Amino acid sequence: MKPFDYQRAHGLGDAGQLLVAEGAKPIAGGTNLLDLMKLEVETPTALVDVNRLPLGGITPHGEGLHIGALVSNSACAADPRIRADYPVLARAILAGATFQLRNKATTGGNLCQRTRCYYFTDLSQACNKREPGTGCAAIGGFNRIHAILGASDACIATYPGDMAVALSALDATVEIHSAKGDKRTVPVRDFHRLPGDTPERDNVLEPGDVITGVVLPVPAGGTQLYRKVRDRASYAFALVSVAAVIHVEDGKIAKARLAFGGLAHKPWHDARVEQLLEGQAPSDALFDQAAALLLEEAHGQGSNDFKIPLTRRTLKAVLREATGGTL
Amino acid sequence: MPITINGAEYELDVDPRTSLLDFLRRDAGLTGTKKGCDHGQCGACTVLLNGQRINSCLTLAVMHDGDSVTTIEGLGTPDAPHPLQAAFVRHDGYQCGYCTPGQICSAKAMLDEIAAGWTSTVSDYVAGRPTLTEEEIRERMSGNVCRCGAYSNIVAAIVEVAEAQA
Repeated sequence: MKPFDYQRAHGLGDAGQLLVAEGAKPIAGGTNLLDLMKLEVETPTALVDVNRLPLGGITPHGEGLHIGALVSNSACAADPRIRADYPVLARAILAGATFQLRNKATTGGNLCQRTRCYYFTDLSQACNKREPGTGCAAIGGFNRIHAILGASDACIATYPGDMAVALSALDATVEIHSAKGDKRTVPVRDFHRLPGDTPERDNVLEPGDVITGVVLPVPAGGTQLYRKVRDRASYAFALVSVAAVIHVEDGKIAKARLAFGGLAHKPWHDARVEQLLEGQAPSDALFDQAAALLLEEAHGQGSNDFKIPLTRRTLKAVLREATGGTL
Repeated sequence: MPITINGAEYELDVDPRTSLLDFLRRDAGLTGTKKGCDHGQCGACTVLLNGQRINSCLTLAVMHDGDSVTTIEGLGTPDAPHPLQAAFVRHDGYQCGYCTPGQICSAKAMLDEIAAGWTSTVSDYVAGRPTLTEEEIRERMSGNVCRCGAYSNIVAAIVEVAEAQA
C-alpha cells in the first residue's frame, strides 16, 4: 500500500475542505477502498476519515425515511421499518457480501463501490477506468461479468452492487453536501453514470462532495422482490439481478417499478418497460414483450452473451411471481 | 484515545497503513487472529468490533481509537473455553485449524445476530424472526472459508451451542 496522510474530518465543512484536495479520498467502512489500496488500484495521498461525522441513524422524512450515509448495511437491513415497508431494499442488501462486510459497509460507501472487472484490479492490464487512455482489455478478453447494456468502446465494466438496484426501483434520492457547503439531491437513477469516454468517473460526485444520506419516498407497497442470479449460492456478485415493486389491481398490473443489476455501468432502469406493463393483464406474452423491449439494445461481448437470455428469463420469473403466477 | 482489546488498552501509535489485523498480531502480540487472504474474502481475520463481527484486514487500526475489540483470545482460554470453542473441539470442527479463530468469532456474533432478530437472504420472511436452520447457518457463515472442508462439523458445533442457549 502506498503511504498516505490520515486525516479525520470533524464536521461536514471540514470534510469538504479536506476532500477537495487533489488525491484525497473519503473513507467510511473501507471494505472496498482498502482492498483496492492494497492492490494499488487506488492510491490516495490523503484519506479523510468521515466515520465520526453525525451521519448515522434512520429517521422519518416526510412520508418516507432518511437513511444516514454512515448507517451500516447490516443496520439498514435489520431496521424494522425498512424490513416492513421497503422489503426489496432489505432483500437486496442481504443478497450482497457477507455479514462481516455488511457490518462495516456504509450506505454512502456502498453507493460508491467500484466495479469488480478483473482487468480494473490487475495493474498489468489496460484499463480506461483505472488509467484513462490505456484501452480496455475486457473488450475481446474474458468478459463473463461485463455489461450488455449502456457500454462504450472505452469500458464495458458493470456496477457491482445490490443495494443501489433496489434504491433505483424505489426511486430514492442521494443527498450530497458540496465543498462550498451547498446541499443538493440527485435521484439514485441519475447518481451513477454510463462510461462513455470518461469511464474513470463512476458517478456524478465532484471533488469535495460528501454523501450525507439517502431519502426513501413514501412506502411503495405492492409485492416487492429482489432476485439475484450468481455463480455461487452465497457471497458472490450478481450476474443478473432484478428489483421489482409490482401492484396488481382488478387483474391488471396497476404499477410496475423495475431495476436491474449486473447489466450495465449503473443500476439499469428503463421507464418504457414499466409503461408497457402498466394497465395490462399479466401474461407470458406480455412479459416476453417487456423483456424484448428491455433488451432491445442489448449487446453481448462474447463470454457474457448468456446474460441476454438469462435477463429475459429472470425478468419473466420475477414478473410471474409478483403477479401471482407460477414459476 | 487508546483502543481496548480483550479488556486491555493499547495506544495506536502506528503507521496509518496498519490494518487492525496487523495491529492485533504485530503490535498487540495477539496472534490468534489469522491472516488468510488479507482482502476480506476468507474470514480468517474475523474479530468482534464493539460486539459486531468484521474482517480485521479491511479496516485501519488508526480509525479505531475508543473502540472495543474482542479476539479469539478474549472469548475463552484453554482452561475456561467459550462454549463454541469446546463444541468445535468436541465436533472436530477443523482440520488444520487456521480458519478456526475466525470461524468461532464469526459464529459467536452470528448467534447474537439471530437473537437480535436479523434476517438473512435465505429467510422466508424478511420482516419476520429468523429460525436457526442449517441453511441459515451455512448462509450466515459464508464469509468464513475452510479449505480443509470441515463445514459439516462446524455446523454441528454451532447447532449444539445454539440449542443449548435456546
